[in-house]
Amino acid sequence: MNSADSLRILPEIILTLTGVLLMLVDASLSPAVTRRPLGWIAAFGTMFALWASIWQLSLGTGTGFFGAVETSPFTVFFHVLICGIVLVAILIALDSLPEESHHQGEYFALIVFGAVGMCLLTSAIELLVVFIALEISSISTYILAGYRKHNAQGPESGIKYFLLGSFATAFLLYGIALIFGATGTTQIYEIAEKVGGSQNHALVVMALMLMMVGMLFKVSAAPFHLWTPDVYEGAPSPVVALLSTAPKAGVFALLLRVTYEMLPALRSVWEPLLWAVAVGSMTIGNLAALRQQNVKRMLAYSSIAHAGYLLAAFAGMGPSGIAAASFYTAAYAAMNVGVFAVITVVSGYDDHLPLIRDFRGLLYRSPFLGILLIFFLISLVGIPFTGGFFGKFYAFSAAVGGGAVALAIIGLLNSGIAAAYYLRLAFAAAQRPADGDEPLRIALPQLGVAVGAALLFTTGTTLWLGIRPNAVLRAAEMAAHTLQVPAGEAPAAAVNQPGVSQSPQPHP
Amino acid sequence: MNELNQTILTWILLVPIIGAVVIAILPDRGKLSAWLALITALVSFGLTLHLPTHFIVGQPGFQFEINKPWIDNPAIFYHVGVDGLSLWMVVLTGLLAPVGVLASWNPIRQRQKIFYSLFLVQQTAMFGVFVSLDLMVYYGFWELSLVPMAILIAMYGRKDGVKAAIKFFIFTFVPSAPLLVAIIWLYVRTGSFNFSDLQMLVANGSLPADALFWTALAFLFAFAVKVPVFPLHGWLADAFCEAPVALAMVIAGKLGLYSMLRFHVGLFPVQARAIAPLLIALTVIGILYGACVALVQRDFWRLIAFATLSHFSLTTLGIYGLNLTGRNGAIYQILNEGVIEGALFVLLGVLDTRYANSQIASFGGVASRLPRTATFFVITTLAMVGLPMLNGFVGEFLILSSTFMNVSRGWAVAATLTIILGAAYALWLVQRLFYGPQSQMTAATPAADLHLHEWVALVPLAVLMLVMGVAPSLWLRSIERSTAQPPSKQAIANPELFSNSQQETAR
Repeated sequence: MNSADSLRILPEIILTLTGVLLMLVDASLSPAVTRRPLGWIAAFGTMFALWASIWQLSLGTGTGFFGAVETSPFTVFFHVLICGIVLVAILIALDSLPEESHHQGEYFALIVFGAVGMCLLTSAIELLVVFIALEISSISTYILAGYRKHNAQGPESGIKYFLLGSFATAFLLYGIALIFGATGTTQIYEIAEKVGGSQNHALVVMALMLMMVGMLFKVSAAPFHLWTPDVYEGAPSPVVALLSTAPKAGVFALLLRVTYEMLPALRSVWEPLLWAVAVGSMTIGNLAALRQQNVKRMLAYSSIAHAGYLLAAFAGMGPSGIAAASFYTAAYAAMNVGVFAVITVVSGYDDHLPLIRDFRGLLYRSPFLGILLIFFLISLVGIPFTGGFFGKFYAFSAAVGGGAVALAIIGLLNSGIAAAYYLRLAFAAAQRPADGDEPLRIALPQLGVAVGAALLFTTGTTLWLGIRPNAVLRAAEMAAHTLQVPAGEAPAAAVNQPGVSQSPQPHP
Repeated sequence: MNELNQTILTWILLVPIIGAVVIAILPDRGKLSAWLALITALVSFGLTLHLPTHFIVGQPGFQFEINKPWIDNPAIFYHVGVDGLSLWMVVLTGLLAPVGVLASWNPIRQRQKIFYSLFLVQQTAMFGVFVSLDLMVYYGFWELSLVPMAILIAMYGRKDGVKAAIKFFIFTFVPSAPLLVAIIWLYVRTGSFNFSDLQMLVANGSLPADALFWTALAFLFAFAVKVPVFPLHGWLADAFCEAPVALAMVIAGKLGLYSMLRFHVGLFPVQARAIAPLLIALTVIGILYGACVALVQRDFWRLIAFATLSHFSLTTLGIYGLNLTGRNGAIYQILNEGVIEGALFVLLGVLDTRYANSQIASFGGVASRLPRTATFFVITTLAMVGLPMLNGFVGEFLILSSTFMNVSRGWAVAATLTIILGAAYALWLVQRLFYGPQSQMTAATPAADLHLHEWVALVPLAVLMLVMGVAPSLWLRSIERSTAQPPSKQAIANPELFSNSQQETAR
């Protein structure tokens, strides 16, 4: 290993060292000492990794470790996104983890190790590294999901996620094995070359299907979504903030790689598949969310629906689809983490306000949190001047540009349904409290520094993406263009597609 | 002064937002928020008055125009400007802001900070709708105008605010999805969101006619719900019952009617002509249906809701008669309705807060207790009914006479029945509320007559009703002279602008 290679995985190295440091310090401290400083170490480590990812841009696009990892604007985009999410998740946890818990140190170490896996997932271009990265991220999140040990739902959540998740990863591994059998390699670009050059794809199609099962499970797309509501309900809210965004961002990056980079030759196979999954996820997620009374279950189903919107962007072939999907991931992450940050503050680590009707009167009882909750929900609905609007706008424009008009129409109808359940929560919060309701009295000054920073960061990002999306969109487009699409395949498909990043044809 | 002309619209949009932020930051103590909101509203009203005083009557095209790139991809421009159509809408919105604050002075006691912040955000959203000339910016403000309104209905609803708020939101949000698809479609075909460019491109027939039909329909549908046009009025009565007075007075009418004039009739004249007969029929049904249903309402908010349906249907009739007189009448009538509804809502708000009741049957003989309220109420009602010398008459006359002369005598005669029905429900309402023997409730509840702030809100409105009735030419001059706007001189004179926006997208 030479130093040039290790610079290619600099953020991962920083995160790993941070994680190891956290574990060592945690083990050497006496149990009575507060673990809060560990959280700050984790936060600074993540910030440092975030900076390192941005710095990687100066390395230029290239691979390291004999073609096992890559750095490019694409990987940097997702690294920054994942590190940002992890940072916010750490900040939320800092102020909400109960002090008496004996596992605070581990908690931060696990989040940081999870981040290592998620980041590596986006830069890996070798399927075995992909698998290892996915396992690193999964194992951390399995443990985190079951973190509320004293509560029956906690272990249920962890075990469910672990059993179903490892089953799904097994599918992925099996798919990788078949790919290796078919092509004799596990390097993504070599696979693309071999598959592009051959005629008989039966085995590769089989492998693709198996890999899809694993990936779609992780992004909780229908029909592999059944774990989502139970896991979200049982896991602590700060963990759900992480779980619902960061691993998904990583796996979406992988999905983009597998579809556009590794198997563009099989587009006729995966495109209809993703189309169907997109429609299924949107519809099932939204319809199920309508009936939920529990806030976290509702948001779990809504995240299934959002996975569907995101997959809709895949239907817009070429850079426009990739850019739209990347942008959507970022916008969704900002607003969803924001929602869970507010819920954590209001409802606490232990979810003492689990139901929608418990949120009644939030705007009266705590105007600041009430207005933030409504703001994030409005963004999830997709109202202009919030990140959610442009996310949806680009996703559906890409779909229309790729010729999937029906998909866009189904999607927009779905966002009408979605408005109904988001608003149920938003307006419950706006409602006058009933006589028996206790005032919450959580005003701005009583908020912890960490959570305050987290709220500021997510609110700012959501607004920024809604008012000036230029910079992030440009970054997403740059990422899309550098995703190396093997010659002769995608460019031909991309040229004819009018989409977000291309000039619509002026009419004579 | 010239410099101000370059930035005035930005200031009009910014001042309420700044006020909202200041209110949100400062503590919620006593009447502080209300005073700040009043100051902000007065400043923004003052700024809107700059427009008519510097507006050059007869100059074609948009004035006070600002056009700056905002978002590269899609090529969205911060493009704002006013013409004779939007000029007075902006001023009306500015005028109703202080009225709204004053009307909320007493009823809003809890969480004033949130109320006034959101009220001012709503103000910006409405200004934005009237001045935007970029379809995407317009759409942004259009959707934004839903949010504070819905939140405030949910917060301050009298009985079941949440239900009314969701109904209002879904009713308006769902039709705006096809509107968005239509706007994206136009953009994909033309590469521009610019109103004038699109107007030219639609006019010169470069877009396929059948697709344009659906596009125009999507636009119309979104606007018709917002006006509302019969049979899309399902949200109106609940919203009127539940919305705080300051918001109820702006919830219906002008946003939708203006949008019809600008973005349906203005953008798709051919398609509008095709669908006009249907709309004329619907509006006449709406006029009569609204008036008849208003006659039998027991709750005065619901009565006003259906009266509003009837009046706005009449205005829509003026628009879809598709002739100049009707159009001018309609624009003038939008202003009249704004002033009249403003006063009416303040007055009904007075009754509702004093007696905590909106059942007409519980009232009676209020005039002897609240003589000043009664006086203002009678003036307002007479203006609404269309008594000559008051403003309602001018608009109604222009609309009905133009319909009679240019559209159809049958429909005009049917629509004119509203004058009789309108007088019936309005005067009967006055009689039941204010005259006759004092009811049990009126006699038992001590109630103060108009407070100073209510007085301050009502006097200018009453004066306006009279002036607008006596000297309509003050307004009609600028409305008429820039109504007949040739399509897109700007794009013809400045072809660069158009190619620019394409280059923007190409990147």
